[in-house]
Amino acid sequence: MVLAVASEGRAGRTKRLGRPGHLTKVSGLGLGVSLIWFSLLVLIPLAAVVTTAAEGGWDAFWHTITNEQTFAAIKLTVSQAFLVTGVNIVMGTLIAWVLVRDSFFGKRVVEVLIDLPFALPTIVAGLVLLSLYGPKSPLGIDIANKPSAVTVAFLFVTLPFVVRTVQPVLEELEGDVEEAAASLGASRFTTFRRIILPSLIPAIAAGAALSFARAVSEYGSLVLLSGNLPFKTEVTSVRVLSSVENNNTEAAAAVATVLLVISLAVIVILDIVQRRMSRRG
Amino acid sequence: MDEETYEDDAQRDLDREHGPEGVRLAGVLYEPAEPGERAPRRRRKKKTRATYLFRFIALAYLFFLVAWPVSLVVKNTFANGLSDLTDLLSDPDAIKALKLTIVVAIIAVIVNTIFGVGMALLLVRYQFPGKRLLSALIDVPLSVSPIVVGLALVLVYGGRDGWFGVWLEDHGFQVIFATPGIVLATIFVALPLVIRELVPVLEEIGIEQELAARSLGANAVQTFRRITLPGIKWALIYGVVLSLARSLGEFGAVKVVSGNVLGQTRTATLMVEEKYLNFDKGGAYATSFLLVLVAVSCIVVVSLIRPKEKRK
Repeated sequence: MVLAVASEGRAGRTKRLGRPGHLTKVSGLGLGVSLIWFSLLVLIPLAAVVTTAAEGGWDAFWHTITNEQTFAAIKLTVSQAFLVTGVNIVMGTLIAWVLVRDSFFGKRVVEVLIDLPFALPTIVAGLVLLSLYGPKSPLGIDIANKPSAVTVAFLFVTLPFVVRTVQPVLEELEGDVEEAAASLGASRFTTFRRIILPSLIPAIAAGAALSFARAVSEYGSLVLLSGNLPFKTEVTSVRVLSSVENNNTEAAAAVATVLLVISLAVIVILDIVQRRMSRRG
Repeated sequence: MDEETYEDDAQRDLDREHGPEGVRLAGVLYEPAEPGERAPRRRRKKKTRATYLFRFIALAYLFFLVAWPVSLVVKNTFANGLSDLTDLLSDPDAIKALKLTIVVAIIAVIVNTIFGVGMALLLVRYQFPGKRLLSALIDVPLSVSPIVVGLALVLVYGGRDGWFGVWLEDHGFQVIFATPGIVLATIFVALPLVIRELVPVLEEIGIEQELAARSLGANAVQTFRRITLPGIKWALIYGVVLSLARSLGEFGAVKVVSGNVLGQTRTATLMVEEKYLNFDKGGAYATSFLLVLVAVSCIVVVSLIRPKEKRK
């Protein structure tokens, strides 16, 4: 999934090999069935969220999302997501670099470790982190029920995104340009800043957008780890859930709409970045 | 003039081989950045201090964030020997939950594979209005919070005041707080995975072979089975394995739509939460261990597939 984002740029070049054809009777029917299924499953339910949020009018919507506790949750989620995305940009690029340019014993194990947070159920991710950073921590670090629990949980679940978008781009990068730069006297740092980094930026941006979106919408890994304390460790998804459980669907839909708007913004940004990548490619 | 250039080249070759003085290009002397580390080809193979530092940072980060915590769960599972696992596997409620998880995941994977292959073919091979919008919307389920997914499904299929739910329930078909709701939620969250894997591969293999097959008289089904399918085989398996991992592990969306009725709408991930909160830590760790085992085997399968695909 993650890889597909980065390889799309490459696909743009080969497109001219076969020009897409017009719909035939069979494919038209297929498209119709697919669209009905997609609408019933995804589009109509998401539209229902927005409609329910809008039912009470703008004032009710604004009142719900500026409720002190809700606003604190949104603030915590967004600020932590930004922090974690920043860490991922640096660490993800570094890990991708190590995986592509370095060779050492056990590299395949490292590859598995990077994908693990993506494949692990989120509730298990919470339990996993709790066993090292919880009350019985062998390290003596207890972050359970503290704001830093949110940071660590976000870091865990967003780990693969930047690594997996940067890695294929770094692999395809031609060594010649770097060698040319080095032979012209550029230092390693200058070569990285002026030659490598500019070609990595679209991939890093795509990975960052994905990890931001993932962090903002995270729920499962926090259940056991953060304690969901209002004003302290409660994130936006938990606010939505508690409104659902109190049968206050309108409030839940209002906060959910905020989350949807954030995801939509991320998708738009991703689309722009991808188009720019394929134009360059 | 010619001779001068020749002399410069000779000088450059000489410099390359011998001196740390610098490289002479177009008559300008370029000082090497780091004396003694001139030849770039050799430089890349030679491990500098920075390489080791980066490797150390990356490995330490992964060790503290992923490797150590995950290994602790395995250790905690076997803290009392095998008893936690055998207790779990002899509890009929737990077995029911595990079975439900597997059945739901299999249904979700089958539906998403059929839909995914069809949609990927439509998006790559055909031209129709709104294609770009559709291809962007397909990705929406990946970035929507699982709780919002659950809420969205409740609003439409909820039995009390859902848009379609009331009608469905009147006709004796309960979706929310029942197995169909869990299936829908699971399909929703894993929806784009197969499509995302197939689209770039389909674009890359092009349609020339398919056209050739068609012109030689193969029908659509034959063309797909003999030409298209072998080309996308590995990407398809990769997408299916990812979907399977995602489907087995979905928690938030399932929690909202399931109602968590003991033994009926309880999945493995819900069981982890319940057992942990009820101070049955052994049971929670044992269930988690099973889920970790499945996740790890999915990734290992995927990493075994990847290089094969590249070699082609």
